[in-house]
Amino acid sequence: MIHRLVFENLKHRPVQTLLSAIGIGVSITMILTLVGVSRGTLGDIQERSRGTGADILIRPPNSAALSLSGNMKLGDKLVLKVREQPHVALATGILMQSAGDLFDNIDGINLAEFNQMSGGFRYLEGGPFQRPDDMIVDEDYARSKNLHVGSEVTSAGPRWHISGVVEPGKLARMFAQIDTMREKYSEPGEVSVIYVKVDDAANIPSVLENLRQIMPDHKIFTMQEYTDRVSVNSIPLLKNFTNVVIVLTVIWGLLVVFQTMYTAVLQRTREIGILKALGASPGYILGVLLREAVLLAVVGAIAGILMTFGTRALMHRFVPTLTQAIVPDWWWRALLIALTAAILGALYPGLKAARQDAIEALAYD
Amino acid sequence: MIEIQGLTKVYHVGDTDVHALRGVDLSVARGEFVAIIGPSGSGKSTLFHILGGLTPPTSGSVHLDGRDLLAMTDSERTHLRKTSVGFVFQKYNLLPTLTAADNIEIARHIAGRNNEPHDLQFKETLRMLGIADRLNHKPRALSGGEQQRVAIARAIVNHPALLLADEPTGNLDTENSNAVLSVLRDLNDRLKQTILMITHNPEAAAFAHRIIKMRDGRVERAV
Repeated sequence: MIHRLVFENLKHRPVQTLLSAIGIGVSITMILTLVGVSRGTLGDIQERSRGTGADILIRPPNSAALSLSGNMKLGDKLVLKVREQPHVALATGILMQSAGDLFDNIDGINLAEFNQMSGGFRYLEGGPFQRPDDMIVDEDYARSKNLHVGSEVTSAGPRWHISGVVEPGKLARMFAQIDTMREKYSEPGEVSVIYVKVDDAANIPSVLENLRQIMPDHKIFTMQEYTDRVSVNSIPLLKNFTNVVIVLTVIWGLLVVFQTMYTAVLQRTREIGILKALGASPGYILGVLLREAVLLAVVGAIAGILMTFGTRALMHRFVPTLTQAIVPDWWWRALLIALTAAILGALYPGLKAARQDAIEALAYD
Repeated sequence: MIEIQGLTKVYHVGDTDVHALRGVDLSVARGEFVAIIGPSGSGKSTLFHILGGLTPPTSGSVHLDGRDLLAMTDSERTHLRKTSVGFVFQKYNLLPTLTAADNIEIARHIAGRNNEPHDLQFKETLRMLGIADRLNHKPRALSGGEQQRVAIARAIVNHPALLLADEPTGNLDTENSNAVLSVLRDLNDRLKQTILMITHNPEAAAFAHRIIKMRDGRVERAV
């Protein structure tokens, strides 16, 4: 019976109910989109790292275990030294330069070496570097910036000429020749990372062991170890930002539900008086209002989850360089966040209703 | 059934004390149908609220069905409303979001009797009220007379010791007023339901066994 009362109360004011559910839903979508973009983009970085075809990567001493830019540098003599090690089939140095976006670098490569390691680019437009200032971009980046072969783009300072558009999935979204990159951003002979391909997967542990012995201060990972580290938890900025959004969502949801329930309590003063006259206890009345808030939260959370499919479609259409994952393991957390906000938001109006004087409430018009 | 002696009620409005009841003495026997008449401000609504457990008395003695209302806590008065008193209001006071049937059911739910089947006596009462075929309608689809009959059904569904009716015909035309008053009289005759009815209308009061007139917070006389 009480559930029917709760359901009918919400159905009785459909616009208010819908707006409240959407209000909660939007905040839930914000969380799920943030988590989805973080996870999707990091997943994309993992995929692109694997797309290099390398088995091991070497980063400079004192560099962060997971660094998305290349401030610390290695000398390219080290590349030659790595190539001389037993079972090393290929080694190539790459110079990374942040392109200004959180996750996007311009990677300076030796195209022949990189092709050999990764299996080569698949060109959708144009072809390899022809001029020193040539840049190869992947399809997602080209689409997001509306770039084609022959376009000119200013990224990380200098002006670049697009020579080719390639399928995504290999290391970065923007590539330039390593020598040009050194001229523009670095010193001769410097690289940010050395990617190593081993002659046989069975030899990866022994090569890793050997490299760690001869370069004890360097950060050396197998590709598996490296991609395992690429997660939201390993990027404190993202983790903190997600927590901030969660807190803001709870506050926003709380305000939405508070406003809805407070208005509902005012609008239904007489009904609350009727329930009191019938013998409803303060707990019974509080229970009715909290159930309404919980139902709003559930509907809002479901709406929020469904809206993440919409944001993913919009993201794919308008910001193709950001990949949004659907995160079902966060759905129950989103529901919990919505419920927390709704219960907190309904508490004060609920207590106000429960404490209302029955005679005054019955006299309310 | 109802024993009242020296009942007073003082409301504090800002710095002013308003003496709504100034020593009411009244006895109502079980099964009686009593009408209380009097001008505005005579204290009849305050008496209604005290007997219904909606507000506590200030002093005096009020016993309803053997229980002392003066000594009751808020939660005991809530329990009293749930189990021993049924209300019928001038403005019907049905919950607009629920059907007529659910308006009756919610009273049973609050009383914790929703899992019990309706007794034959109540089914007979529904037939007597003439609303059996209107139970699935919401209040807005019912006439004033029908809404008031649903309110009466809701008031008696838990078999209260006392049915309190506050101007039950105040919003009704003559035909519907007579129908509702006849229903109250029938309930009293057939079920021996004790009824206390407040009214301004002498014709409505005439349906009762006894008429009590109030003035200035006191019972002036029995008519």
